[in-house]
Amino acid sequence: MAKKKFVVGCFDDEAVLFPAVKKVRTAGYKIHDVYTPFAVHGLDHALGERETSLHTAGFIYGITGTATALSCISWIFTKDWPLNIGGKPHFALPAWIPIIFELTVLFAAVGMVLTFCYLCQMAPFVKKHHFHARATDDLFVMVIECTDKTNVEDLKSFLSNNGAIETDVQVAEAGWWLGRYDKDELPFENKQIVAA
Amino acid sequence: MHLKYESQLREPLVNGDKNYHQVTEDIVRPIEAKPSRLWYIGFFISVSLLMFGVYSVYRDVTYGIGQWNLNKTVGWGWDITNFVWWVGIGHAGTLISAVLLLFRQGWRTGVNRAAEAMTIFAVMCAGQFPIWHMGRVWMAFFVLPYPNTRGPLWVNFNSPLLWDVFAISTYFTVSLLFWYSGLLPDLATVRDRAFTKLRKRLYGIASFGWSGSTKHWQRHESLSLVLAGLSTPLVLSVHTIVSFDFATSVIPGWHTTIFPPYFVAGAIFSGFAMVQSLLVITRKVFEMEDYITMGHIEAMNKVIVLTGSIVGIAYLTELFMGWYSQNKFEGYTFWYSRANLFSPYGWSYWGMMTCNVLSPQIFWFRKMRRNLFVTFFMSIIVNIGMWFERFVIIVTSLYRDYLPSSWSVYYRPSIWEVGFYMGTFGLFFTCFFLFAKYFPVIAIAEIKYVLKTSGENYKEKVGHIEVQPMEAFVHDHAH
Repeated sequence: MAKKKFVVGCFDDEAVLFPAVKKVRTAGYKIHDVYTPFAVHGLDHALGERETSLHTAGFIYGITGTATALSCISWIFTKDWPLNIGGKPHFALPAWIPIIFELTVLFAAVGMVLTFCYLCQMAPFVKKHHFHARATDDLFVMVIECTDKTNVEDLKSFLSNNGAIETDVQVAEAGWWLGRYDKDELPFENKQIVAA
Repeated sequence: MHLKYESQLREPLVNGDKNYHQVTEDIVRPIEAKPSRLWYIGFFISVSLLMFGVYSVYRDVTYGIGQWNLNKTVGWGWDITNFVWWVGIGHAGTLISAVLLLFRQGWRTGVNRAAEAMTIFAVMCAGQFPIWHMGRVWMAFFVLPYPNTRGPLWVNFNSPLLWDVFAISTYFTVSLLFWYSGLLPDLATVRDRAFTKLRKRLYGIASFGWSGSTKHWQRHESLSLVLAGLSTPLVLSVHTIVSFDFATSVIPGWHTTIFPPYFVAGAIFSGFAMVQSLLVITRKVFEMEDYITMGHIEAMNKVIVLTGSIVGIAYLTELFMGWYSQNKFEGYTFWYSRANLFSPYGWSYWGMMTCNVLSPQIFWFRKMRRNLFVTFFMSIIVNIGMWFERFVIIVTSLYRDYLPSSWSVYYRPSIWEVGFYMGTFGLFFTCFFLFAKYFPVIAIAEIKYVLKTSGENYKEKVGHIEVQPMEAFVHDHAH
């Protein structure tokens, strides 16, 4: 994937971030993403992201599980090996409900987690460029993609005026690759450790 | 920006003067510091217990489960008692994370991570008992429905024991996924603070490259909510199915329609007690009193007194039905084998009654709910009581069957049967010690989410409202 140029603005308060997002979008800049340490509700709408369809996928996985369990058990107990259990009916639907339910839940949960990992491009050994190490700690990091026309200095001061406490320009690959995080710099290398 | 309003009258969920960075520091500290001497001692004891359990299980496989003292009538003894006990304990985590998430209970954020971890370890322990109880454990895969060369001879889908296989394995898988997907952002926090290359590498692998992107958070929220929605009926179904193991049989004492709700209430009861035992210690050792507050402890004690009283009603209902049905065999089981203190196992019934029904009533008093010593002591008592409950259900129903000539042998477990149980304690605490050392024991991102609505220094003080003059109040609020 090609490398791109990004302007990064860091905010330390979500109350400052929201108006800033609005102003940056109104000014016509393209926000690549905002990285936050926790789920900031409403930020996805402020950025113009559409609702996720993950729950719909979950529903489809769920009914797949229901159908799998019902069809397998009924085929096994009525066609493949009709076991006589005390002369009771071969098609014993009430007795199968527990397993049908469990498989519904299992398929939905496993399917959704795998879909989540696929959509977010997340897996063990996958590496991404992180614009700021404190984005998982206490900073809200707004990343704006630069085009040929973007005046970087203007944009940086625009962000600062809207409350960014730190601004930065980075050239980075925005996708993912297989890599190791220990090749990165360690910003906290000489940290003092206090025993608990 | 206040994303969510919370009443000032509510107790803060996070005490002290915290900001986002301070939350990270406080919760990650035990992971980054060297383990204390206490940790090493605890870990050593746990591993020793685990080794004793491994040896007991080795003997089970070598000599067969005849080395347990099961006899002609008591075919299920300590092993199935322990199985049901551990599964019950394994219900609190998912209950806290799923049911309380759906009910929007803010206090779950402080305790859900440790409770979910505990759930997973408890289910791992529970799973050991039916597996090794099979005796020929190398044939354990026969419980799986797969096309085989024996016919194919399928498993019996109408059997509650097979439902159990599906229920427990689904429950374990879903709990694990729920727990780990919640851990991803917090592992990324630890990764981005790493101060050695090895830490950076290992937490980098474990965090799946989490970046905190808004879109990812949106999907993560959707995932958590749907998994919570799925886990809620799941957690109820699992113990319901465990109770079906007994309730669908025709043994007096087991053949009871109230078993499913009664078992689920008991599971929540014992699970919360185990969470209390662990968290009272953890919050002290890791200095996390600001995040697991007295409010959290009190909320869990309220659940304990509620569910303890529900099981109390279930016990009384069983006794009533034992009399009201006018069935001789039911009456014998409930009124002679159980409720009569001087019958051979009467001591276990009254031990159960004392620990589960009488003693938790102390939590009707607020002072007692907010007393750490009482909480810890009661959490142990409740778990002893819940162990007795399963022992009562299994052994007192079995030891005198319809053939009086088989009655003579008094069942008491052998050292290897007890050793197996001790071994699962070892497994549980070994896992818990490793978890506490290498994973964030409190959900960092979720605490940050509630910090500005429920943090002590962000909430307006109630005192401020009280001193406001009445006239000013009327002026502001009257129409």
